[in-house]
Amino acid sequence: MKILLRGGRVIDPASKRDETTDVLIDGGKIVAIDRKIREGAAEDATTLNAEGLVVAPGLVDMHVHFREPGQEYKEDIASGSRAAAAGGVTSVACMPNTDPPLDNDALIAQIVKRGIEVGLCRVHPIAAITRGIEGRDITEMMLMRQAGAVGFSDDGRPVVDARVMRRALEYARLTDVPVISHCEETSLSQGGHMHEGAVSTRLGIKGIPAASEDIGVARDVRLAEITGGRLHVCHVSTARSIEVIREAKARGVRVTAEATPHHFTLTDEACEGFDANTKMNPPLRSEEDRAAVIQGLIDGTLDAIATDHAPHAEREKLVEFDRAPFGIIGLETSLALAITSLVVPGHLDLPALVRLMSTAPATILGLEAGTLKKGAPADIVVFDPNTSWTFEREDIRSKSQNTPFLGYSLTGRVLLTIREGKIVHERKEGRSRIGTGRRSKVEEGEPLGSARS
Amino acid sequence: MSSRPAAVRPAPQPMFALRKSLLGIRELEPEEILEILDAAESFKEVQSRMIKKVPALRGQTVANLFFENSTRTRSSFELAEKRLSADVLNFSVSTSSVAKGETLRDTAQNIEAMNVDMIVMRHASSGACHFLDRHVKGRVINAGDGSHEHPTQALLDASTLREKLGRLEGLRIVILGDITHSRVARSNIFLLTKVGAKVTVCGPPTMLPPEVEKLGVRTSTDVRAALKNADAVNVLRIQFERQEEPLIPSIREYAKYFGITQDKLQDLSPGMMILHPGPMNRGTEIEHSVAEAHSETILRQVSNGVAVRMAVLYLLSGGEVQN
Repeated sequence: MKILLRGGRVIDPASKRDETTDVLIDGGKIVAIDRKIREGAAEDATTLNAEGLVVAPGLVDMHVHFREPGQEYKEDIASGSRAAAAGGVTSVACMPNTDPPLDNDALIAQIVKRGIEVGLCRVHPIAAITRGIEGRDITEMMLMRQAGAVGFSDDGRPVVDARVMRRALEYARLTDVPVISHCEETSLSQGGHMHEGAVSTRLGIKGIPAASEDIGVARDVRLAEITGGRLHVCHVSTARSIEVIREAKARGVRVTAEATPHHFTLTDEACEGFDANTKMNPPLRSEEDRAAVIQGLIDGTLDAIATDHAPHAEREKLVEFDRAPFGIIGLETSLALAITSLVVPGHLDLPALVRLMSTAPATILGLEAGTLKKGAPADIVVFDPNTSWTFEREDIRSKSQNTPFLGYSLTGRVLLTIREGKIVHERKEGRSRIGTGRRSKVEEGEPLGSARS
Repeated sequence: MSSRPAAVRPAPQPMFALRKSLLGIRELEPEEILEILDAAESFKEVQSRMIKKVPALRGQTVANLFFENSTRTRSSFELAEKRLSADVLNFSVSTSSVAKGETLRDTAQNIEAMNVDMIVMRHASSGACHFLDRHVKGRVINAGDGSHEHPTQALLDASTLREKLGRLEGLRIVILGDITHSRVARSNIFLLTKVGAKVTVCGPPTMLPPEVEKLGVRTSTDVRAALKNADAVNVLRIQFERQEEPLIPSIREYAKYFGITQDKLQDLSPGMMILHPGPMNRGTEIEHSVAEAHSETILRQVSNGVAVRMAVLYLLSGGEVQN
């Protein structure tokens, strides 16, 4: 299928492009980016008018939980991929804390295969650091890398033993991918349900001190330093751990880090009311921490935005706050939250945002993604950066609906997601905006989503 | 409000009576707190009668849903309900479907399906009453949720203070003990700061929650200094059952440095009130002889508890109190 995206603002940080131009897609690849694509070249293309819209490389979410195998009632690769496509995400890295955990090459290969079968986004498995995510024996990292793993993580159950973490960082140097650490000193955080501070004191809920993350980050950064290993720090949420990462980067430690939309959008005040959909780990922090996360994204201390998309069934969250599991979904809202919380208030411009949500995470994981260069796979998101909308239940494609953002008014909306040249998501109401190009086949009556797999 | 001359003060609006539920003191306006305390005075009078029963809640059903053990609060609520002529359903948790894995939401909705008008709940989870209130149409009264709130305890403490000291505004109150795990402390802090009392929370640093000053209280780790010039001290029991780790090295050390002893009271005004929400651990947070000397106040709290709970039940059921 040939698609011509005409007249959009094409933002591609990897090729330093930010201009109004046309993009021609054919055979799953980007074949031309030019102000005036020759009439002949686009002869049989579906032409989509992208005037006033942003055309960017498909988003890369390097931290999601797709729950397959084992907890398909929460999410599976098919439903997770639909949620990704709806959010403009064309590549995800899924965490290995499944049941059984992704700790061997056969399981890794299975996830890769399932992702391709579903075909809505590129599903890259992250492999466990330790067998069974038990924190003792490191996994067959080379075999799993060969089978398609893009990193190693015991996310959700931090590696408690510093010596094991040291060996993992050392051994993972055999591969070209990072150890992705959920940094947490669990002896300080265990039993906690929200950020420790004035709000937890007011609500009488046991807190998770910021120091539990600060200490975890400091430990792992230092271990990366002495081993020369590559460390990627998950969902950084505290001001002090950002300082630690900033300082480590200045020293030349091989460390990268990510932040989630919820940590730069909400604070622990959101837990007032005891809604279990405001409960995640790390928890929503203080205003000082939220501001520090934004500053970290601005100054490059934090390299990427990732959702930590963590689906849980409604019944699991419809309980007392201290009995609910940690985690919220995020794929459907990540771009809109980032625009609303970062771009609208003027913290970042759109090219910087595209870098954080696509270019940088692709680079960290070594993916062939995150760019609109000629010849690159046609993984593309088209979004309206200015439109306002209200996030409702029917916008959710995930199997689970555990999000605190229902009813939120958001700015910026994904209208079209293209993966490898095929339209995998298209907003129906967006059709009037997007499908009115000259010579558009849409106008001739061909459904825009006909290529959907 | 007290600065206004009594003669021109408008009749208080029964705002609390318009609420659906009593989930905590934090949500209440100062006027609502006084509204409840004023109503409680009427019910204190009812309790001194030969026949201690009024027909106010006749035809209404109240379910007592206690997920945590309780003798005092449960009996107090039950008595309050019965003295208001309500039909009382005591939901016994140990023999219930909860033990079979039923969720709180299902339990509550099942009770509600039996056309219960009010649910009085005690639960180990902070926020459980807020959760319940979102999922039932009926009224919810918080009888203690985790370490969060115990609003009727704070109301009965305030009622007892006001009865003896004549006012609440301007009083200097010390709350002593395990503040971190105490719902009594939180509800008292919210109530007393709302009505203009000055609150100091005192205890070992391991029992003072982070940033507690942001609730508008002072903190102290020195009992003698804290009690100096105090009008009353509310002595808390150490909630060992809520502590996941030891917060003090020994009871012996706690009793010596944080227990209320005759020795510590020596230089203080004999008029200082000592409150205790019970159950008391004599020899730990309060010396036996001190407990004996102040037993009148401590037992008065218990009597006032019934009156305060009658007031809350009555007002929430839509009643208005005639003065």
